[in-house]
Amino acid sequence: MDFLITLVNGLSLGGIYAMIALGYTMVYGIAKMLNFAHGDIIMVGGYAILVFLSVNPILAIVFSVLFCIGLGIAVEKAAYKPLRGASPLAVLITAIGVSYFLQSLAQIIFGASPKYVIIADLGSLVIGEVSISYGTIITLACSIVIMIALTLFVKLTKTGRAMIAVSEDKDAARLMGVNIDHIIMITFAIGSALASLAGLFSLLRVPTIMPTYGALPGIKAFTAAVIGGIGSIPGAMLGGILLGVVECVCNSIPTVAPYTMAIEFAILIVILLVKPTGILGKKRREKV
Amino acid sequence: MAILEVRDLEVNYGLIKAIKGVSFEVNEGEIVALIGANGAGKTTIMHAVSGLLPKAAGKVTLFGKDVSSTPAHKLVYQGMAQVPEGRRIFQELTVFENLQMGYYSVKNKGGFEDKLREIYKSFPILEERKNQIAGTLSGGEQQMLAMSRALMSSPKLLLLDEPSMGLSPLYVNTIFEMIKKVNSMGTTVLLVEQNAKKTLSIADRAYVLEIGKMVKTGTGEELLNDEEIKKAYLGG
Repeated sequence: MDFLITLVNGLSLGGIYAMIALGYTMVYGIAKMLNFAHGDIIMVGGYAILVFLSVNPILAIVFSVLFCIGLGIAVEKAAYKPLRGASPLAVLITAIGVSYFLQSLAQIIFGASPKYVIIADLGSLVIGEVSISYGTIITLACSIVIMIALTLFVKLTKTGRAMIAVSEDKDAARLMGVNIDHIIMITFAIGSALASLAGLFSLLRVPTIMPTYGALPGIKAFTAAVIGGIGSIPGAMLGGILLGVVECVCNSIPTVAPYTMAIEFAILIVILLVKPTGILGKKRREKV
Repeated sequence: MAILEVRDLEVNYGLIKAIKGVSFEVNEGEIVALIGANGAGKTTIMHAVSGLLPKAAGKVTLFGKDVSSTPAHKLVYQGMAQVPEGRRIFQELTVFENLQMGYYSVKNKGGFEDKLREIYKSFPILEERKNQIAGTLSGGEQQMLAMSRALMSSPKLLLLDEPSMGLSPLYVNTIFEMIKKVNSMGTTVLLVEQNAKKTLSIADRAYVLEIGKMVKTGTGEELLNDEEIKKAYLGG
């Protein structure tokens, strides 16, 4: 029973990682860049909840999601769009710059000390001797719904198909009439919305926030995206869930717990050695 | 009437002048070919016309409108579609989804089924393979898919870039038959090819390109019988 609880916890944490990893992987697939400021959107989302939390939690969540979508689009337009066609290194460094910018801005506005963000007291489900928080269950359920919805969106809508087409061959997609800038904007909007939701669910687990709040989950979700195969949507889901489960299982064993993070990143190394494209990543033929 | 007019086009790759002032036009209903050796700049011209490559100088007029600085994704809305070199189908999508992408620019949703039926009638193999991942098709089938994808938008002008490249002789014949058929059904064709003999035999007019410059022009038949062309491109 204990193991089952650990598993549910892991799946729930994995759902959060997967949501963040999806942002990394979609932006990589479509804009061909690593958006290292993506983790900080989680942090911004958390603070955005804080702003309106005293008024109404639902309003706070809606505001957070919308604010992050706007921020994601604004960052892309202001920082990344002018660099389209520039060397990948320049884009990467810019992304790191955006990350520090957002962290510093949060520190100026909200201060460096952690703040409590208690969204709701959801309580726990008690089954016999064990209990599991409703927050965990809600997170798991929501992440499953979100992943299914995203999969259907990409598979069944015209915009979703255009996204796959752009990720595979930008020029061919342009010849079909696809406006690449428009698709990139939508991708950043979706990624940022998912990041803000990941921030919300993270706060249900641990209700404190600080300016560096997004850094670690950002790195872990990036690891998850690479493990699953960066650029692959099911890969990001798989990698995220795998990492979440590993983390919770390791943390539940006292002798292993101190090495949890080492184990997580060791998995990344092993997978990259065995399959450099990640579990579900496809090797793409480079065309001249 | 010229539906595509290219005047004094220049294209640079960094400091290298790849296209040094090229002019040509395509009249309604024609098959016009650009022929030339590898590296003459045929594909570069195609990409500059379709907006995939920036132009250093020159003017491109499409259906009477100056499109010199129109972005690539807008030209298909004006009735020009391109089958790029190397086919460039979406390998990870199914055949059907590729054709859906071809219809991306068309506003009239209701017309999709009709257009699809028309394509399947011309290329029955695509209907058989509609749910297959496009990357698993043979080279010839991929070329048919690339052409069909472009035709989904019912273009008035079709740009074909090396459609016979890398295909077996059997498929080369099929593809040239298809080009003739598409043209006879009212689509104007601009064709870039290395296979000069086959190309000149179906082209109304052709331009001969050598290292970034037009060196000769004439009807397909004239060029087929031209001594210099025979020597240089048709194997004596």
